[in-house]
Amino acid sequence: MEEFFDPLALARWQFGLTTLYHFIFVPLTIGMALMAAIMQTAWFRTKDVKYLRLTRLFGKIFLINFAMGVVTGIVQEFQFGMNWSEYSRFVGDVFGAPLAIEGLAAFFLEATFIGLWIFGWDKLPRLAHLLCIWMVFFASAMSAYFILAANAFMQNPVGYSMNLERGRAELTSLWEVLSNPVVLAAFPHTILAAIMFAATVMIAVAAWHLRRNQHLETMRTALKAGLWTNVLAFMGVGLSGDQLSLAMVDAQPMKMAAAEGLYETTSAASFSIFTLGTPDGASELFSIRIPYLLSLLSTHTLDGEVEGINDLQAQYVTQFGPGDYSPIIWITYWAFRWMIGLGAFSALVSLLMLWLTRKNAPERSPLVQDRLWRVLIWTAPLPMAASLVGWIFTEMGRQPWIVFGLMKTEAAVSPNVAGWQVAVSLAAFTVIYGILAVVEFKLILKAAQEGPPEITQGDDDSAESDSLAIVY
Amino acid sequence: MDIEQIWFALVAFFFIGYFVLDGFDFGVGMALPLLGRDDTDRRVMINTIGPVWDLNETWVIVAGAVLFAAFPEWYASLFSGFYLPLLLILLALILRGVSFEYRHQRKHPEWAARFDLMIIIGSFLPAFLWGVAFANIIRGVPMDADHQVSVSLFGLLNPYGLLGGVTLVLLCLVHGMIFIALKTEGDIRIRARTSVLRFMVPTIAVVATFLFWTVAMHVEVPHLGWIMAIAGLAAASLVTAGLFSLRGREGFAFFAMALTIASAVATLFVSLFPNVMPSTTTPEGTLTIINASSSEYTLGVMLWVALITTPLVIGYQAWTYWVFRRRLGREHILSSAH
Repeated sequence: MEEFFDPLALARWQFGLTTLYHFIFVPLTIGMALMAAIMQTAWFRTKDVKYLRLTRLFGKIFLINFAMGVVTGIVQEFQFGMNWSEYSRFVGDVFGAPLAIEGLAAFFLEATFIGLWIFGWDKLPRLAHLLCIWMVFFASAMSAYFILAANAFMQNPVGYSMNLERGRAELTSLWEVLSNPVVLAAFPHTILAAIMFAATVMIAVAAWHLRRNQHLETMRTALKAGLWTNVLAFMGVGLSGDQLSLAMVDAQPMKMAAAEGLYETTSAASFSIFTLGTPDGASELFSIRIPYLLSLLSTHTLDGEVEGINDLQAQYVTQFGPGDYSPIIWITYWAFRWMIGLGAFSALVSLLMLWLTRKNAPERSPLVQDRLWRVLIWTAPLPMAASLVGWIFTEMGRQPWIVFGLMKTEAAVSPNVAGWQVAVSLAAFTVIYGILAVVEFKLILKAAQEGPPEITQGDDDSAESDSLAIVY
Repeated sequence: MDIEQIWFALVAFFFIGYFVLDGFDFGVGMALPLLGRDDTDRRVMINTIGPVWDLNETWVIVAGAVLFAAFPEWYASLFSGFYLPLLLILLALILRGVSFEYRHQRKHPEWAARFDLMIIIGSFLPAFLWGVAFANIIRGVPMDADHQVSVSLFGLLNPYGLLGGVTLVLLCLVHGMIFIALKTEGDIRIRARTSVLRFMVPTIAVVATFLFWTVAMHVEVPHLGWIMAIAGLAAASLVTAGLFSLRGREGFAFFAMALTIASAVATLFVSLFPNVMPSTTTPEGTLTIINASSSEYTLGVMLWVALITTPLVIGYQAWTYWVFRRRLGREHILSSAH
């Protein structure tokens, strides 16, 4: 039994699966909260009912999505103790702090104001109700900051000292943990990617209705807002991604070398966009390379030296003892490229559409228009896919470490949880998450296809009436 | 007072908050088949907790995170040692949470009935299993000198553990029915009041047995007086909640019931002190507030965070309850758009 079910491998699969799944809903929650807040602010200022209709439509998608974010989030927190108890013992003194701050300062705020926003349409003064959705966005962004700070400690441990007597890392400066260079870059990178995802969902909903020639006025507004948001957010994603890779080269040179599959230390290193054959260069058949780009990304100079996997491996063996200190190269190599490629392609499509629709309703053959709308619908998941492979890169690129340089993943797993138990939980999560994904997707599709609700007169002057919000 | 003691009290505070608040959510979920005659009734009941169930559930996330930060050894031993019950709790909470959202999405009665069943199971299981888990923390579990727990799911289902589970289920059920009586109007309010009274006597019997057993297990600890006083408070406030219910004073009954759950959970924490997880196999295995805690620096800096945020949290959550203070009735459901 024990050999058949490897607890370490299963626990890793379970963490990866549940985390990626959770991370489908979280970015949409963060991004949609912002889109809904912007729409509601526009309604508040202009009193134009089309903005209210858009707020209601995207608010509904936000609501369906948000319940999933909550319930899958509890799994995330419990898993550290359930499956990674040795990790929890080792870093709890440091890692627990940002997690607890996230709960105390952000989760409560988010959960409370989501309830007030959803149920408070007719109960709160208009300005107070508007502030509720901004509080939700603010709280969800703050929660992202603290959890990313906790993750940044795993990538680049700072603000701690080792207590050898108790065999654990102990916090020496909360400020250093919260101002880790990795989190300073990862936070805007992650938030803006989340906003891109919400923007492309908005674009797809608009395209679906425009293709059917319905709700033209509201949907043109949604389309424009979505396209601009996606393009602008991508520029921010690129800039912060650049900062993040500098921080990464500094803290985890092995990850950058693995992202490129660069085995030998090289100056003026080129960046391969595409490689046929194994990426280790031993049997390279064909590749497209951009000269100097890797050096530019890693050091911000054209001829900067980029450390290779072999040198780093030798260096780590001297430092930490025998072992393999490189991640799985083909995963990091391709995940890095897909992350950039999918994100950039999504932004490019939006940029192109902005140009094509620059005179609002272009006179074009219906066939061409039909194809344009279909492209926009089908490219909606690209930023989400980019975010997910981005996380695969970040976490797989850290291996074999769970906390870089301090603790290996194999030492972190709960020793008292048998393999069959993890197999049971992994199977249970897979089945339930799979079923919920189908239901969830259908519900969001249905809400999106119903379109913006009609607002009858009187609905919009909602200052403290006696009516009750019935949501469920 | 040492900082470890303050953090022990804070952990207790967040778990108490969780059981008091999500406790009536669980109760409302379990009461669906008992009080709801038709779909409209059940929607009235679900909407009473609609704006607040999520923030109530957040208390367990915060309790878990606070436990992680302040007592990492406790968190690690407890969560890995109670793997399967916690898995069941997680699955139940997932099903309950999404069911609130999904049940009204289609008009078929079968669709709603399926999700009602998931809400009932998703409310009963966490209440029962948290009761079992906390009773077993008090009772002690097999734990070696490295604080590794080795206990099977059936090992947790011992008589005291089972009684703990039944106790929490009954407390939550009565708490939820009092909440429904407080938050609704019409027939359903009357049915809730009758049901509260019907369940009150067996609940008092079970809770008294559990508290008595808990006290009896701790006759040799130096602070027995405190344990008895808080257990006595729990029993007295439960009876008071019954008396207020009898006289139709739903608001007072609700606060008395909240005090009952708070003091019952506090009884468990006080009888645990200064241990956090006793070991039944070896004295070195026992986790205490000292050998399970974080460093002085972490506890100190996190205390500031907790002292600043907790009053704010209580403030805006109280405001939420104030905003949604009105009673719900069938006419609100029937006149709403969907």
